[in-house]
Amino acid sequence: MRALYTWSAIFAIVLTSVVGDILLSRAMKEVGDVGQLWKRCGFLPVVKNTLCNVNFLLGLMATALAFFSMLFALSWGEVSLVAPAAASLTFIGNAVAAKIFLHEKVDRRRWIAASLVAAGVALLAG
Amino acid sequence: MTFRKYLVLGGVTAFAASGDSMLSHGMQQTGAISLHHLPRVILALQNPWVAIGILLLLGFFTSYMVALSWADLTYVMPATSAGYVLLALIARFVLHEHVSVLRWLGIALITGGVGFVAGGPEITTDSGMEAAAEPTRALAREEMLATAKSTGHDARGGVES
Repeated sequence: MRALYTWSAIFAIVLTSVVGDILLSRAMKEVGDVGQLWKRCGFLPVVKNTLCNVNFLLGLMATALAFFSMLFALSWGEVSLVAPAAASLTFIGNAVAAKIFLHEKVDRRRWIAASLVAAGVALLAG
Repeated sequence: MTFRKYLVLGGVTAFAASGDSMLSHGMQQTGAISLHHLPRVILALQNPWVAIGILLLLGFFTSYMVALSWADLTYVMPATSAGYVLLALIARFVLHEHVSVLRWLGIALITGGVGFVAGGPEITTDSGMEAAAEPTRALAREEMLATAKSTGHDARGGVES
């Protein structure tokens, strides 16, 4: 039963962080290259455009939710299981979601990279 | 990829690794926080390690957003996971902790993954490449206002103090 709780908490972390990352990535693509915009328009318009972006605010909320689900999960399960499991599943989830929702061309090179990093993060906890 | 962009990716890595370790060090000093002792969170903020950790994580978030403004999510994520390697190396050579064979294997896998993705292009979406090349409509408008102001024709009519 405890394992079920822990894994549903891990699932909640992965889901909220993937949703957050996708929304934040989309938001920043809408804002555009921050370095160039800063040079062109100054610092404040860049900050204003970012903070007024709906996707950015939603992504921020999802990231905050991910943070709180992490806190809950850590109070139920062990750090050595929760943290690496959530991190490596988020890597895979982000690769799949970026392909579907952001239309990134996740080629073989990127799949290998995402899997290697996910496996490596899982091993680091061992 | 310019030097400045590599600097931003390095910033994401360094801020995440240092912020996490400061926060973890500080939270171990303040002790466990349960749902029944929520006010303790505020006490934890007074711990200098926790406070510095939070500032560093704000730096992480900012550089992460900057990186996402010109690179794919599937590029930034692996490229910045070098932070895990950094943490393990700090644990071994600064804190002199024992790092097991499995962990060294994990470090090797992450390094390999980072190398793999860093060898490819940083952006692959059409909309992303357009956004990186030119400002959005809202910012183009701001830009117009700014040039109007600088040439003496304030479009907003004397809002400027």
